[in-house]
Amino acid sequence: MHPAFSVLVFTVLSGAGYGLILLMVLGHLIGLGELQDRNLLLSGGVLSLVLISTGLMASTLHLANPKNAWRAFSRFKTSWLSREAVFAILFYPFVILYLAGIWSMGAQLSAIFATAGIISAALALVTLFCTSMIYASLKTIRQWNNALTPVNYLVLGIMSGSLLLLAVQSLVAGSVSQQLQQSAMALLVLGVAVKAIYFFWIGKPSGSTIKTATGFTQASVRLLDQGHSSNGFLNNEFGYSVAANKLLRIRLIMLAVAFVLPLLLLLTANSLLLLIAALITLAGLLAERWLFFAEARHVVRLFHGDQRV
Amino acid sequence: MKLGLVVDLDTCVGCHGCATACKQWNTSGTIGPLSDKDPYGKDPNGAWLNRIRTYEVGDTPNSKTVHMPMSCMHCEEAACVTVCPTGASYKRAEDGIVLVDQDKCMGCNLCAWACPYGARELDPAEGTMKKCTLCVDRIYDQKLPEDERQPACVLTCPTKSRVFGDFDDPTSEVSQLVRDRGGKQLMPELGYNPVNTYLPPRNKPAVEVHEVSSIKQSVKTWVNKMIAR
Repeated sequence: MHPAFSVLVFTVLSGAGYGLILLMVLGHLIGLGELQDRNLLLSGGVLSLVLISTGLMASTLHLANPKNAWRAFSRFKTSWLSREAVFAILFYPFVILYLAGIWSMGAQLSAIFATAGIISAALALVTLFCTSMIYASLKTIRQWNNALTPVNYLVLGIMSGSLLLLAVQSLVAGSVSQQLQQSAMALLVLGVAVKAIYFFWIGKPSGSTIKTATGFTQASVRLLDQGHSSNGFLNNEFGYSVAANKLLRIRLIMLAVAFVLPLLLLLTANSLLLLIAALITLAGLLAERWLFFAEARHVVRLFHGDQRV
Repeated sequence: MKLGLVVDLDTCVGCHGCATACKQWNTSGTIGPLSDKDPYGKDPNGAWLNRIRTYEVGDTPNSKTVHMPMSCMHCEEAACVTVCPTGASYKRAEDGIVLVDQDKCMGCNLCAWACPYGARELDPAEGTMKKCTLCVDRIYDQKLPEDERQPACVLTCPTKSRVFGDFDDPTSEVSQLVRDRGGKQLMPELGYNPVNTYLPPRNKPAVEVHEVSSIKQSVKTWVNKMIAR
């Protein structure tokens, strides 16, 4: 699959933003000591809104006909993309209400504002899940059509959110919260485990082959001619290929940048280094999302000569 | 009604006539134009609703060249319609034709991702998704003579490899062809249940085979020779 840069930016930034607000609201409302601070909660909330909004705006850049984007709310019953759009917009009033509560009365919220916070955290999780299901629901792409895809999106979104929350907390408070640091480290370990399972899983061969695609299941089938003299939409969208050794190299770099390096920086417990850890995790996750697309192989490739996907 | 096409892989010669006729008709049809980007340049690119691919099936010397024209299969389980967020993609209840409302499409490509047959192509100029309409603007046109109320690709095919009809009617030509010739769906394992069906090449020797002589055959040959003299 051709990795559209706007989609990579969207999923990474909004994923981190939703992860950040989710963890922050939960930590705040269950009474985590370090999070009972007006400035900290406001900075975290605004940062997550900026990330989510930047991501959502980036996502409209990959539309070929964006003037009809407003119609994307109309098929909530069937389409995961529509559900994502609806929940992403529904999230805003609740999170703004929650942040307004903090603005006016500090960390000690009344029931209404606390409820708005809980709803916004739930909507953040649901939106993240809907984003992942856009990919996981496609039967045409085996590397996406499985339960590991939502797990991947949820864990990595929450993981990058936890690093951002830790960075914001340490910058605002001037000291590092032990609990946030430990949970961020645990999430990094969980993230790398999820990614490793995914890489092992997609290595297995799949069911559809060029034989089932053409219907000649009892003979060998080879492509002689694609039937056009230059690449069309299908080639550009689905024919995206990267050499296997290059993919392997990028996988290793990605694992180092997104998980190992931040884990080492987290051990230092220095505010500036924690911020750098959060930023390089986002950079590493951009590479992770790029791989998610580059390694996905659509079944249309079978018609264009691939023996299997 | 369940309208669709039967494609005979035995007789298709891969002339691309269907694709050309389709482009000609549909570029000024209900979903038109079918734009091209840089059509006479070095790297032309454009929206086509038919693609013809050529395969070698089997191993030499028993191999066969098969031309496979592909357009929208008008699947019964059309995932392209399910994933569409804007409601631009829809499947007509009355005849099963899958269409894209060009006024609603936002060009997100998700339907093309959901389609296993590569039936949908984004128009490079319009930014909307284009796909086979089964010439919905021909087949119901009362002003056309009745035998011309067929998709452009079917009318133009010089070897009559494409047949249009109602798969719900067991007596229709398409249903009979599917029964008699063992018609196949492509990639049935994905469960989209495509309506368009492909007739596999007939079983016949690829090259003429030397017949082993029998007593009857040699007597016959001898008699023929004697009478000729």
